[in-house]
Amino acid sequence: MIHAVTSSPPLAALVCAAALMAVGLMLPDWVLFTASLALAKGLVVLGLVLLLRMGAVSFGQGMYYCLGAYICGLVGNATGVQDALFLVILSGLGCCALGAVLGVFLSAYRGVFFAMFNLALSMILYGALLKATSVGGSDGIGIAPPSYFGLSPSDEYRSILFYAFVVVIAAGVGLATRIYMRSELGLAALAVRDNEIRLEYLGLSVRRVIVFNYAIAAGLAGLGGGLVALVSGHIIPEFAYWTTSGEFVFMTVLSGPSSIVAAFGATALFETVRLVAGQYLPNAWQLMLGAFLLLSILFLPNGIGALAAGRRRTRAPDAKEDAR
Amino acid sequence: MSIALNAQGLSKSFNGIKAADGVSVSVADGEFVSLIGANGAGKTTFINMVTGYVRPDVGSITSYGREIVGLSPLQVTRLGIYRSFQIPQVFTGLTLMENLTVAINAVTAHERPLLSPRKAALNPDSRDRVDAVMERFQLGKYRDHLVSEISGGMRKLLDVGMATINSPKVLMLDEPTSGVASEEKFDFMDLVIEALSDQKAAVLFVEHDMDIVRRYADRIVVFHEGRVLADDRPDAALAQEDVRRYVTGKA
Ligand SMILES: Nc1ncnc2c1ncn2[C@@H]1O[C@H](COP(=O)(O)OP(=O)(O)O)[C@@H](O)[C@H]1O
Ligand SMILES: [Mg+2]
Repeated sequence: MIHAVTSSPPLAALVCAAALMAVGLMLPDWVLFTASLALAKGLVVLGLVLLLRMGAVSFGQGMYYCLGAYICGLVGNATGVQDALFLVILSGLGCCALGAVLGVFLSAYRGVFFAMFNLALSMILYGALLKATSVGGSDGIGIAPPSYFGLSPSDEYRSILFYAFVVVIAAGVGLATRIYMRSELGLAALAVRDNEIRLEYLGLSVRRVIVFNYAIAAGLAGLGGGLVALVSGHIIPEFAYWTTSGEFVFMTVLSGPSSIVAAFGATALFETVRLVAGQYLPNAWQLMLGAFLLLSILFLPNGIGALAAGRRRTRAPDAKEDAR
Repeated sequence: MSIALNAQGLSKSFNGIKAADGVSVSVADGEFVSLIGANGAGKTTFINMVTGYVRPDVGSITSYGREIVGLSPLQVTRLGIYRSFQIPQVFTGLTLMENLTVAINAVTAHERPLLSPRKAALNPDSRDRVDAVMERFQLGKYRDHLVSEISGGMRKLLDVGMATINSPKVLMLDEPTSGVASEEKFDFMDLVIEALSDQKAAVLFVEHDMDIVRRYADRIVVFHEGRVLADDRPDAALAQEDVRRYVTGKA
């Protein structure tokens, strides 16, 4: 039974979604809100996991997250269309397109330059949004509650319906990502981390592999941003601020590169620690998060995904052999 | 016979050191040529220039009549010029199986804009080809080992295996048998030759072991301080006075 689930990705996605729904039905609204938020942010983290698989880290993913939120809010407000699926798909596609264009330039950079270039771009967006009074400036913009295929839920069902919506999207994206990770391109992305020179000498364009993954990561961040916009009903420029990006990197490191469930799990863990610690230790929750990350780096250098066993998941990040 | 590779007057300096100084080498279809010379003589630099890793300061390189100076490693590879490395360049964080799968997929993707993000990396097609290479190079026993865990000789075999994976027209092997136990060197070379048996590849291989050179090379090109000291049949080249003095050390 367990084997059947783990060996069939569609079945696994279905089981995960059903389990999340079952749990959701028992949760109070305020927890549902946090859970929806965590799943939405988990999509952003999943995108960063795709980059991490190539050995790349972006410190500016908040840019796409923020942009996705604004696309969702501005289009929704301007057109009056409130359909959740339509809006978040638009957020994802918009960011994916921008990611594809920027990726062409950014793929020339590696390591800290790549990370910082992304950070710089995100701060430009943040600065521009602060100044842009037409989209609310530093106050941001409000956004009406979403509808689902023409259905507008009453207040009573709003939280659970949105949660269900996010669960379905997360399961769908998780499934697609799982298929991708096992694909020709998905395996090649892992090889990029290990040895770009060999890939080029096999006749494979490393640049294209990077651009593809970067664009998908941007799309996922946009999708996550759109969902967060809908669930919170309010969008602010801080979505693009560097601390937001930093949190996503934090969750990604916690997740590690090897598991989709871990990406969502790490996000949920992070949000939970923030919530709980923020409640009981209002002045020390950053301290707790810091200690938490430190412990996970020390004892789980490949993230909580490494807990899902498998020999290859236990290896430490490879020291690159000097070429030639 | 047509000219698989024709390098004329290649020079390359690194900070004033002449790594190549008017190097001219021509290799025909199906020819086996050994590049020999002391460390620092310019053998690797020659391979790097041909494969687009280093651009020569002056000189021309053609492959089947096409100028290839200025092409990137990627473009050179897509013309059918493959190489292995002195220090094996493989994917140490992946298993042997995954290494070969990536390699097979990469070479079958030359006509496509990008690898498929949907098709399983290990599909029936690639699996057959991976198994064939695995069997040919006798790597099957280690298929699920991380490459960082296998021996240097095995890694060398994998590196060379990757270079031979797509019926190269020109194959350049940089010290293929270094790091391989001396009693296994002949077997190793036999494996490489077997992997090419149905092709007319021009093969250039850097080698320090003169027994290997005598046995496998149709011709020897001797490098010394960035120049070609001799370019002849093995017995003739190795008998040359200056080759004995500077290279084989048996003057
Ligand atoms: N990328 C490089 N940068 C600086 N010097 C180099 C570089 N590549 C080779 N050299 C120098 O060029 C000379 C020839 O080196 P190489 O071609 O590696 O010799 P071989 O392979 O015959 O041992 C050496 O003096 C080496 O130090
Ligand atoms: Mg060398």
